[in-house]
Amino acid sequence: MIFDLLYIKKFTSVFKPLYVHLDLNLFEMKKPNYKIFSLIAAVILMSYSFTDRKDDIENAGLTLPAGFSAATISENIGRARHIAINKNGEVYVRLAKLVDGKGTLFLTDDDKDGKFEVKFSFGDFSGTGIYIKNGYLYASSNEEVFRFKLDKEERVIDPNNPEKIITGLIAKNQHETKSLVVDNQDNVYVNIGAYSNSCQVKDRSLESPGMVGCPILDSAGGIWKFKADKLNQSYNNGEHYATGLRNVVGLDWNNATNSLFVMQHGRDNLNSSWPKLYTEKQSADLPAECLYQIKKGDNAGWPYMYYDQIQKKKILAPEYGGDGKKEADSKFINPTVAFPGHMAPNGLLFYTGNQFPEKYKNGAFIAFHGSWNRSPLPQEGYYVAFVPFKDGKPSGDWEVFAKGFAGVEVINSTRQAQHRPCGLAQGPDGSLFVTDDVKGSVYKISYNQ
Amino acid sequence: MKKLIFILGFLLYVGSTNAQFKKGSPSSPSLLKGKAVYTQYCLPCHQADGGGVMNMNPPLIETTYVLGDKTQLINILLKGLNKPIVIDGDKYTNPMPAVSHLSDQQISDVLTYVRNSFGNKASAVSAAEVKAVRAKK
Ligand code: HEC
Repeated sequence: MIFDLLYIKKFTSVFKPLYVHLDLNLFEMKKPNYKIFSLIAAVILMSYSFTDRKDDIENAGLTLPAGFSAATISENIGRARHIAINKNGEVYVRLAKLVDGKGTLFLTDDDKDGKFEVKFSFGDFSGTGIYIKNGYLYASSNEEVFRFKLDKEERVIDPNNPEKIITGLIAKNQHETKSLVVDNQDNVYVNIGAYSNSCQVKDRSLESPGMVGCPILDSAGGIWKFKADKLNQSYNNGEHYATGLRNVVGLDWNNATNSLFVMQHGRDNLNSSWPKLYTEKQSADLPAECLYQIKKGDNAGWPYMYYDQIQKKKILAPEYGGDGKKEADSKFINPTVAFPGHMAPNGLLFYTGNQFPEKYKNGAFIAFHGSWNRSPLPQEGYYVAFVPFKDGKPSGDWEVFAKGFAGVEVINSTRQAQHRPCGLAQGPDGSLFVTDDVKGSVYKISYNQ
Repeated sequence: MKKLIFILGFLLYVGSTNAQFKKGSPSSPSLLKGKAVYTQYCLPCHQADGGGVMNMNPPLIETTYVLGDKTQLINILLKGLNKPIVIDGDKYTNPMPAVSHLSDQQISDVLTYVRNSFGNKASAVSAAEVKAVRAKK
């Protein structure tokens, strides 16, 4: 294992609070000393302009629709992924990377100053999924799902002894995270992401064809359904609920339709793998990031097709004989909403609160983590979007709801984004919480009109 | 006022990197050609700043692979790489596809460029070295 490790020297500790791309600058600085003066001056000036406390910045740096405001309730808590909020407004956050050996944080605001502190942390496993339902807190690692019994205040009773309800799920490097949601009948739905981009014989390679009868789909690339109250379930006693979903990070149960909705991360590399068929621009825009309503037995078509939001068609994947125009088998389900490509939808939440204006009721919020595979074109996403719903169907176009997480206008390299929205949750008072897994901020968005 | 100071700082910063860029990349045609290869074949994953993508594609900044043994480095491009890498405690999980369809000259150009960009400083990789590694298989 030692041989697998790479090391990067850390030069940056002193300048940590500054823009990430300053780090680069410091690396480059090593030789020509005549630059040092101007750089130091730049660093001092820039850091001076950043000495403001975060909460002094209006709306925590976010741009929101009129009448809304935002504040950061926590900062620097770690790689904050999905989030769950109990009935008293206390917050559980899953971490992609352990902090002090623990993977879940419990945050409370005991002194009621609007800032939440880590009350305790628990669970020696990192990961993404977390959900509260019927007296239990569910949390997933990349291979397993645990649940912790909650007391009547919805606090974890025994943080050291969760029940392991699901085990042995596939995690082969790519798309490892296991997002989850629980329905009203005590069923747990878990995403198992495909460990591949498009099931090519040689993953992400130039013009490599797709594997015949993509074998990945047996155990990944879909949603599996399990019982909430049974221990040690795995593939043999779970139900293969839906297939053809490359990777789902954001998912939610919609109580208006009583069905599962998921946000798929669409495939990458149309241009880098198929330069004769797709220009860089087409590859940046395509394929759509899709919101799907999922019923038992649905097949969303990965890896055989992708959805083209410009032609508004299901298109045969180039790995399986497609040319960007040939349509795919119509048996594959259609998306409910198709967003531009690569924006990486990591959080999905149907809003059921009473705080926001009527327009938002039962609508979908989507946290777009932000793209990388639009390069060399500028990146997109890094915001929270909203889709209005009426009677279980979209009732208008999607729109950007909260933007400005990245802290910079144009993002060319992903690392320039200072914050990336990831998880979403609704507080008991109807405010919306958003996590950031770069710097570990938690935002609270409220309507004050 | 804060904004003004920020802009001032930013201009200074941009000024210094630009000057740096001219200096850091000698007009040597190999580096320019290397940059073109990088932009087309590496940038989509490793990004414009060489910084990679969190948890997926590793950075190309002062890693032991970039700065270290040239044979190993050339082989990453010729054969690809598919084992999780950990840098500063962060795991990078995507696979790197082989780019053996690039010519010896293109690989030498791009590796020389990478080894002398993003803060890296290391010797050039020649087309002859790439050819020798490719011949060994
Ligand atoms: C499809 C995405 C992709 C493309 C295109 C790509 N790489 Fe990589 N590269 C990766 C990934 C992912 C890894 C890590 C692989 C692993 O962990 O097994 C990697 C690893 C590396 C490494 C070793 C690790 C490190 O960070 O130092 C080097 C060097 C490298 N790539 C250089 C290049 C160069 C040069 C090019 C262009 C010719 C290129 N790569 C193109 C994705 C890519």
